[in-house]
Amino acid sequence: MRIRRAGGVLAVTLALAACSASADRPKSASAKAPPQPYSRDPYPSTYRAYPGVPTLLRNVTVFDGEGGRIENGQVLFADGKVVAIGQTVDAPAGATVIDGQGKFVTPGVVDIHSHLGDYPSPGVQAHSDGNEATAPVTAEVWAEHSVWPQDPGFSRALANGGVTTLQILPGSANLMGGRSVVLKNVYARTMQGMKFPGAPYGLKMACGENPKRVYGGKGRIPSTRMGNVAVDRQTWAKASAYKRKWDKYEKDGGDMPDRDIAMDTLRGVLSGEILIQNHCYRADEMAIVLDMAAEFGYKVTAFHHAVEAYKIADLLKARGTCAAVWADWYGFKMESYDGIGENLAILEKTGACGMIHSDDANGIQRLNQEVAKVLSSARHSGVQISDEAAWKWLSLGPATALGIADRTGSLKPGKMADVVLWNGNPFSVYTRPEKVWVDGALLYDANDPKRRPVSDFELGQPGSGDVK
Amino acid sequence: MKRALLLLAATMLATPALGQTIAITGGTVAIGDGSQPIEGGTVVIANGRIVAAGRGVAVPAGAQVVDATGKWIAAGMVSAPTDLSLVDSEGVRESSDVRARETPFNAAIDVSVAVNPNSIKIANERVLGVTRAIITPSAATSIFAGQGAVIDLAADAEAVTRPRAFQFVELGEDGGSNAGGTRPAAYAMLRDAFAQAQDYRRNPAGFDGRGKDALLKRADAEALLKVLDGTMPMVVHVERASDIRTVLSLPRDYPRLKLVLVGAAEGWMVAREIAAARVPVIASALADLPASFEQVAATESNVGRMRAAGVQVALASIGASGGDHVLRQFAGNLVAITKVPGHTGLDWGQAFAAITSGPAEAMGMGADFGSLRAGRRADVVLWDGDPLELSSQPVAVWIDGVAQPMRSRQTDLRDRYLTPTEGALPKAYEHH
Repeated sequence: MRIRRAGGVLAVTLALAACSASADRPKSASAKAPPQPYSRDPYPSTYRAYPGVPTLLRNVTVFDGEGGRIENGQVLFADGKVVAIGQTVDAPAGATVIDGQGKFVTPGVVDIHSHLGDYPSPGVQAHSDGNEATAPVTAEVWAEHSVWPQDPGFSRALANGGVTTLQILPGSANLMGGRSVVLKNVYARTMQGMKFPGAPYGLKMACGENPKRVYGGKGRIPSTRMGNVAVDRQTWAKASAYKRKWDKYEKDGGDMPDRDIAMDTLRGVLSGEILIQNHCYRADEMAIVLDMAAEFGYKVTAFHHAVEAYKIADLLKARGTCAAVWADWYGFKMESYDGIGENLAILEKTGACGMIHSDDANGIQRLNQEVAKVLSSARHSGVQISDEAAWKWLSLGPATALGIADRTGSLKPGKMADVVLWNGNPFSVYTRPEKVWVDGALLYDANDPKRRPVSDFELGQPGSGDVK
Repeated sequence: MKRALLLLAATMLATPALGQTIAITGGTVAIGDGSQPIEGGTVVIANGRIVAAGRGVAVPAGAQVVDATGKWIAAGMVSAPTDLSLVDSEGVRESSDVRARETPFNAAIDVSVAVNPNSIKIANERVLGVTRAIITPSAATSIFAGQGAVIDLAADAEAVTRPRAFQFVELGEDGGSNAGGTRPAAYAMLRDAFAQAQDYRRNPAGFDGRGKDALLKRADAEALLKVLDGTMPMVVHVERASDIRTVLSLPRDYPRLKLVLVGAAEGWMVAREIAAARVPVIASALADLPASFEQVAATESNVGRMRAAGVQVALASIGASGGDHVLRQFAGNLVAITKVPGHTGLDWGQAFAAITSGPAEAMGMGADFGSLRAGRRADVVLWDGDPLELSSQPVAVWIDGVAQPMRSRQTDLRDRYLTPTEGALPKAYEHH
């Protein structure tokens, strides 16, 4: 952002130089006020990594998250970062050494689709903060302003699921539901304290049944799929005009155009700073959304819940758009009627970008098992995918689609030490996380009740501090 | 071509096979009664029933022999409580016979008349190892949802094993809501309904169950008599420890009630009382969140702790978004937590029983189906590995001793799109 602003200043200088050469220009032009860009980060992250100790995991099977596998390998992390992985690594004297005979080490799980915090437990009406279902376009809302950092669900995702990073999205009632936020799965007193430093924002969009049902039910547009696309296109056309106005102002200065918080977000999408995370089930609708994106000059980073992605895996590959999917959910609504357990496998076989997601406070606790089910369906359909390759669906894939793959998602030296030690093969139903580190800090240990987070809500209630 | 297909289908359906004797030999046998798997075992089926299962079982002369070397021969899964066969897609209201939103009737509702064995989910779940289901309506205008049924998932028209198998009742948060807003209102509704049913029994002719303002219709009163007499189990959905206690106290006033609990997320807190009352529980396996104020103490150890206290526990398919067959994943997780310090899970035999004989036992039908013990309905699944392990898949399914087709709409979709690009003709021309 700083670089962008510098460019703007430079451009203004050049414009002024051009003006001074033209004698008959009105004088006011040279007196233009300099541009004052609005803040792209008004609710900045205050997350700080908790202290850790240099740790060597040895005698473990490692899935590095990038498709690699090391038997009897070693992983070293220190100062919150992965230092080295390999058959053997040089550990500093005094490093904590954990022998993991029979155990597996993986990068922490990244869930690209969660509503923890904005639909927290208990799921009472007072906690229903995920859908601003009062207008079909609410690009002005930000999920982070709904996130309740005391959601007990965060602890379950950590302890049972090995989830270290997650994207919290607005719901799918609206065509443009608002901004998402990416969190580290570490309890804090404030949302800002959980916020993944520097992660780009996403814009949640939705096609299909939900928006047309919600607004059709209120007797207003959209009440049909064609209505969905019409409202989207109208909005993108407005956003394009807004972007032109603000781009010019941030380049040239002058009178500041009116601010529109919703349009800020859409402008961010059109300029590539904000990533589109698009709820969409049906293959034919995804194809229309891809053309709409081309029409207005933005990119769909990922389709979520893409139950029919397998039908257009080749198209998704060609357009470079990912599909984030469940393993096997199907049939619960008309647009999920054609769900099959091989969805992710067909994407992989075709060379398209796929990944697993939860959208569910229970499902997020077993994403490793969801991938195991995909592997099973795949192999029984003649599609061979290795365990280590499949781990990409759990960490590097979603990290890439969140724009944070340079910092997490695999065990590459220099990346955040977001690490899970599993008590067996994580693709077995009989396996659970034994230890979970976030930025090198041990935040869950199955053997130590003191390393088991208890949210404020659960404190002092029956079962507080229990295994969950 | 079409005629050939029809003929094939006719042959498949017409094959009586009921009299057929089948011996599935040399596999690991999972009986489903709580016992541990038996390696190198044989299962013999005749007349649609299990003749014998285990090691050293002789193959009868003339039996069709299926070699199960390297495979597992297991009881089929039983899903409970579920809406299988009552709905094509939950979100499509027109397709659903689960919840009657505006009916004046409640306890009289009988889902067995709506069972549709051609619903695509039946075949989808059958090929994934579910052989029988305990189906139930959902309550809407009352605490009484109506009468559920037991069905099989076979590819034939005779789906109903037992109609009117139980009455489903809501007595927790949902019950309070349906009764007008509170738990006390739910109990007022329950007690008044039982009193009216008894009025009806004493004087049917004098019973005012047809009037516009009648709180209970004649048909509802009649249905509740079977509950009061204990000839029909009363399956009660409650989660909170205090709600469970209140339900367990009902037999003081209605001594013949045959109670079954569903949900029971806080059951572990009152496990000894449930065990003492000998009330079976069909519990949510992996509910571990305070999803509501009635599940504040939910933990994955719930089932294990209840079992350890002597409660007869089965696993509910509630929350199985991937389909009823996800039950086996639930069961596997309860084995997994036995390795986690502080957790109480189930051993393999208990876990497998909880998704096979468990629901049948809870309904009082364990002698009829749910396990591979002699005399039970021959609902058998041949797996290529441990049925609780995610890498395994069924390779053959028998229901009532009849071999089932291993295709479903999901396998058809998969085969059509395994290569997503179109060939010489559109995808619509790729079918059997």
